[in-house]
Amino acid sequence: MQMKNVLGVINLVNDKPFLKELTKHRCLASVPFAGRYRLIDFTLSNFIHSEITDVVVFTKAKHRSIMDHLGSGREWDLDRRNGGLHILPPVSPDKKVKGDLQQFHEHIQVFKQTKADLVVISPGHHVGKIDYSEAVDAHRKKQADITILYKDYEGEPVEKPIYHQCRMLRDGSLLDIDLFTAPLPGAHVCLETYILDKALFIKLIERCVEQEEYDFLKDVVKANQHKLNILGYAFTGHLPFIHSNESYYKSNMDFLNPEIIHDYFYKQGEIYTKVKHEAPATYTATSNVSNSLVANGCEIEGTVENSVLFRGVKVHKGAVVKNSIIMQRGEIGVDVEIDGIIADKHVKLINEQKNTEAGKIHVIEKAAIR
Amino acid sequence: MSKKWLAMLLAGGQGTRLGQLTNALAKPAVPFGGKYRIIDFTLSNCTHSGIDTVGVLTQYQPHLLNDYVGNGKAWDLDRNIGGVSVLPPYQAKDGGHWFEGTADAVYQNIRFIDQHDPEYVLVISGDHIYKMDYTKLLDAHTQKHADATIAVIKVPWEEASRFGIMNVDQRGKITEFKEKPDVPESNLASMGVYLFNWKLLKRYLEEDAVNELSSHDFGKDIIPRMLGDNKHLYTYAFDGYWKDVGTIRSLWEANMDLLHKTDGFTLDDPDWRIYAGNANNPPQYISPWAKIERSLINEGTMIFGMVEGSVVSYNVSIGKGSLIRNSVIMPNVSIGNNVRIENAIIAPHSVIADCSVIGTENQSKEITLYGEQQLLLSKLENTLP
Repeated sequence: MQMKNVLGVINLVNDKPFLKELTKHRCLASVPFAGRYRLIDFTLSNFIHSEITDVVVFTKAKHRSIMDHLGSGREWDLDRRNGGLHILPPVSPDKKVKGDLQQFHEHIQVFKQTKADLVVISPGHHVGKIDYSEAVDAHRKKQADITILYKDYEGEPVEKPIYHQCRMLRDGSLLDIDLFTAPLPGAHVCLETYILDKALFIKLIERCVEQEEYDFLKDVVKANQHKLNILGYAFTGHLPFIHSNESYYKSNMDFLNPEIIHDYFYKQGEIYTKVKHEAPATYTATSNVSNSLVANGCEIEGTVENSVLFRGVKVHKGAVVKNSIIMQRGEIGVDVEIDGIIADKHVKLINEQKNTEAGKIHVIEKAAIR
Repeated sequence: MSKKWLAMLLAGGQGTRLGQLTNALAKPAVPFGGKYRIIDFTLSNCTHSGIDTVGVLTQYQPHLLNDYVGNGKAWDLDRNIGGVSVLPPYQAKDGGHWFEGTADAVYQNIRFIDQHDPEYVLVISGDHIYKMDYTKLLDAHTQKHADATIAVIKVPWEEASRFGIMNVDQRGKITEFKEKPDVPESNLASMGVYLFNWKLLKRYLEEDAVNELSSHDFGKDIIPRMLGDNKHLYTYAFDGYWKDVGTIRSLWEANMDLLHKTDGFTLDDPDWRIYAGNANNPPQYISPWAKIERSLINEGTMIFGMVEGSVVSYNVSIGKGSLIRNSVIMPNVSIGNNVRIENAIIAPHSVIADCSVIGTENQSKEITLYGEQQLLLSKLENTLP
């Protein structure tokens, strides 16, 4: 294994605010997930378990949340003398970023200086356990120029054309990429995760920017599909497609399954996140919790069913929380009943009944901290 | 650069009265409160009191403790100047030997303390559960121009003969110190928290070291000698929760105290968090069959059974149909289906088979400690973060 020579790139330049309220003030990769994580934790933890210890994160806008979360990278063991974590925002924040290639180009020295000879690029919001060392092995063995990770689409059909589809030849090489499509189940959805040689990467960035082309997928991958040896790598593990409040909700609820919890968190390689040192959760004589994920610092005096409670959530006496996701420091007041709610951080629901129609998810925006 | 003060944390205790729990662990490393180890409380106290230099004196079964404390990062004690230093017994040119008492442990590390050139040295012990702002102790000490100040807590009179008892005058000046007196004249018990002027303490440690009759103990030797020399020793009365968790029963009680918030003692004060070394665990999963009441449940648990009045640590699963009542489940424990556990402490790494019955209904009679010794020893390293 030569994973020491791999640079991990998290590309947040193409960030998509798919989740409306939840992505209003933060990028998709920074959205809270499964009781105590942020989406980006999964990619960073996958990197570290794949022995990728040299990681750069390209951010475009809304980066306060992600910067605060990542810090020095020490929670992911990325506070290193050599390599480690580097966050790279746009060089001129007042200038419009024309595409990810422009920002890669602005920081081209980073690629030139790293000892790595291979680059793994990820969009940073995939919730999956991807073993990059396996994909890198396949890339090297098959002497591919570029390897693209894809996954066959699962779930409700997408209404808007937001996914790129890979059309593959029988030998596993790429025939074409269809940009911005609404995939049907089984379609090879491009995970915007790529592996390529660093020297080639630098050459392609420089050439594209010279010709005023700024989109990695369109101008590096699609434009070169006949000139380069581009191979597909099918990821077959669990990986929810998150592109709407409904799919985000469902992918959280997937984790109310002991097998999924076990596969993600207890089997080979835990998922790291920023540790908050909350006390264990408190249950009182009136608490009644079932089929739920509960994080530390919660105080539960009421009823909680089929829900996800993030750190420090308070559920007061007589309150009923059903089929809901309550983020950090949320508070559900005495006798308040809610069903089908996603409440962002610091939301307090006191003296009000929040009931929504069956099957409809209602999102409550982040409240200002007192 | 000289420091105002630093702390010497005594963490070498064997804790023989904790039975199997300390077969392979020093007492300060014993798990507590679902996610902590006992030493987390004193280390967190240091951090919150602004003490950034802490020497942790280890001796008995130090491996886990050494690894756990590490560079102090969990307690924000990974500082450029100072920070945490683990200080085991060592060899020097003229030989070396085990720490022979609490005072000897500090004596042997005089060089460590002198490197930092502090004005005051706080001596604390890593086996008590309490939250204390040591700056208040320091304020009292400097206001009274004391030579040494000893933190005391009022204990019930009927228990006073189990403690080191201070007899004081109206101003809180110590007139007499009696270790476990048969007929106590006061109920002010020493908490094992001492603040000394370093120059004075150093002199007494050096004199004590050459005294062959001394047992080299702060309580038995240093304090009585200072009193005998008419030094100004004062008490500082602490009125919060404090518990010595030296026995199975007191360890169990201290865990239960968390559920009752005894004397207002809680773990969730945002201004006085208790930091712990292994804090990355997935959220707890509470299944549709689970029922939980009056309990503290840590992250990293999967609960399919009933839990009442208990404290449950990380990496624990509790099977369907099982009942856990008034018990403490330590980390890395797997409990099968239809198990009944009452008034018990389950040691780390225990595997409880289906349909087992552990403990008794009557908690005033006995608290059961359950642990498979071999398992405990062989899997020790897995408890590290």
